[in-house]
Amino acid sequence: MRYAFFPGCSLESTAWDFARSTQAVCQALGIEVEEIPGWVCCGSTPAHGTSASLALALPVFNLQKARAMGRPVLTACASCYARLRTANHAVRHDPKEKQRAARITNQPYDGSVEVHHILDVLVNHLGLDVVRAAVKRRLSGLKVACYYGCLLTRPPEVVAFDDAEHPTAMDRLVAALGAEPIDWPYKTECCGASLSMTHADIVSRLSHRLVAMARCAGAACIAVACPLCQVNLDMRQADARKNHGELPETPVFYITQLVGLALGLSPEQLGLNALSVRPDGLLEQLPMPVVSQQGMENCSCCCDAAAEEPRNRSRGTVPIFAAGGRENGTVPFGRAGGSR
Amino acid sequence: MTEVLQWNDGALVREVERLSGTAVSACFQCHKCSTGCPIGPDMDLLSSQIMRLVHLGAEQDVLESQAIWLCASCEACTTRCPQGIDIAAVMDALRMLAVERKAALPDAHGEQFNRSFLSSVRHHGRVFELGMMAAYKLRSGDVFSDVDKVPQMLGKGKLSFWPRRSNVKQVRDMFRRAQQEDEPA
Ligand code: SF4
Ligand code: SF4
Repeated sequence: MRYAFFPGCSLESTAWDFARSTQAVCQALGIEVEEIPGWVCCGSTPAHGTSASLALALPVFNLQKARAMGRPVLTACASCYARLRTANHAVRHDPKEKQRAARITNQPYDGSVEVHHILDVLVNHLGLDVVRAAVKRRLSGLKVACYYGCLLTRPPEVVAFDDAEHPTAMDRLVAALGAEPIDWPYKTECCGASLSMTHADIVSRLSHRLVAMARCAGAACIAVACPLCQVNLDMRQADARKNHGELPETPVFYITQLVGLALGLSPEQLGLNALSVRPDGLLEQLPMPVVSQQGMENCSCCCDAAAEEPRNRSRGTVPIFAAGGRENGTVPFGRAGGSR
Repeated sequence: MTEVLQWNDGALVREVERLSGTAVSACFQCHKCSTGCPIGPDMDLLSSQIMRLVHLGAEQDVLESQAIWLCASCEACTTRCPQGIDIAAVMDALRMLAVERKAALPDAHGEQFNRSFLSSVRHHGRVFELGMMAAYKLRSGDVFSDVDKVPQMLGKGKLSFWPRRSNVKQVRDMFRRAQQEDEPA
C-alpha cells in the first residue's frame, strides 16, 4: 500500500507527535508513505469562513500535487481530511466549482485523487486482522474513550467511512490492540475546535464536559485522531480543571500512539513526551503482556488476569450545564464501589 | 418584528442562499440544529433563530450577532437537519457578509483570527504558528491569554521560531485570483 502523505500545518508544529507516530506506525505495518513535496496549508476553518474560492483552491492545489505522484492521499489531521474531501466533493459534483478551481490554481483538476484518513486506512484498507497479528504488546486492561470529534465523520456525504452519529472504527481498532473501548455518549461532540484561540472559555467548558464524561463512563484515557481535539483536551485540561472543577488527570493519546505502543514501538518513536498530561503512570499500571504467539485474541492467560487487576478508578463529580453555560448541579462519576 | 416583515423583500435570503449554496428558505423551524449545537449555550442567537431571521430579512440582527462568530463549524447541525440545509455553510456565508458589509462586529475575535491565520498562509504557504499567534494577539489586543502556554509549547517542540515556507509565489497568486473570483460581479 502506497500513499501520498499530506501532513498539514498542525502536524509540523503543535502535533508533531501525531506526525511521528503516524509515520512510525505506517512503517511498522508496511504502509508506504511519501510526503507530498511542496504541499501548502489546506486553509482550514479560517479559509471557509472567509472565502469560498480560497477554501476550494488551497486543497485542490495539494490534490494536483498528489495526482502527479499517482497515489491516493493519506492524512492524519481530521481538519485537513475534511477540507481535502470537501474540495474533492465540490469539484466532482459541480462543474462550476471545477472550472473555478482550475481558474484559481491555473491547472485543471477532475477530483480523481482519493483522500483517506489514517484511521480509515488502518481499519478498512489494511484491516483489523493484520493489525491484530502485528500486536506485540496487548494493551490489556487499558480502558479507552474513543473520541472522534466533529470532522472525522461529518458531513456524511463528504467523509463517509463510518457512521456520522455512532462511529465505531476507532473502537474496533482499540479492541484489536487488546485494550477496552468504553461506551460513552460524547464520541462525536465538538471540543470547540479553533475557538481554542479566540474563546478559550468555551473550549474549557466543552473539554471539561468531555473529559468528565469519559471518566464517568469508566475510561482511564482518551484516544483522538485530530490535532485540535488533542490540544483542547490535553493542553487545556488543567484550565478546564481550574475553571470547572475537579477532574482526574486523563492522558489524551493520538490513536496512532496507542497503535504504536501495541506494536512494541518506544515512547520516543511515538513522541509521547509531547503530551501535556503525562501517560507514564497509567502505562506502568498496565500488565502489557508480550504476545509470543501471533494472532492470540481474548486469550485467557492475560485478558482475564488484566480484568482482575486492581485499578485506581477515579471518582468524583461531573457538573451538569444549563443554558448560558451556568453550572447546575453535579452527578457523581466513577462506578459505585469502583475503587476496590 | 412586524416592521421587519413589512420591509422584507427577500433580498437577504437570496443573497445568503447564493453565497452558501443551500436552501435556507426550506427551514421549517424544527430547531433540531439548535438542540444539538455544542456552542448553543454561549450563543446570543441559536442557529434555528438565525435561519428565521434570515427569512425575515433582519440583516442587522443576524450580521451583528455573536453567534455567527462563535459557530465552531462542527457540522452537527448540517448532518442532522431534516431539510438537508447546510447550516454550517450558512454560518460561513453570514461571516463573509458581515465582513463585506462592515457590520459592527460585536465579537471580532473570530474575524481577527481568520485574518491572522490567512495572512500567515499567504506569506509562507503554510501556517507559521508563532507569528500567527503574535499577529492575532496584536490585532485583538488580547495579549495576555495563554501566554503561560507558550514556554510549555516551545519546550515540547510544538512551536517553531522560523516559518517553513512552501510555494510562496503560487500561493500568493492563488490568493489574488481567489479574491477576484469572490468579488461580486
Ligand atoms: S434543523 Fe434544519 S429545518 Fe430544523 S430548524 Fe434547523 S435549519 Fe431549520
Ligand atoms: S456547525 Fe456551528 S451552528 Fe452548527 S452545530 Fe456546530 S457550532 Fe452549532
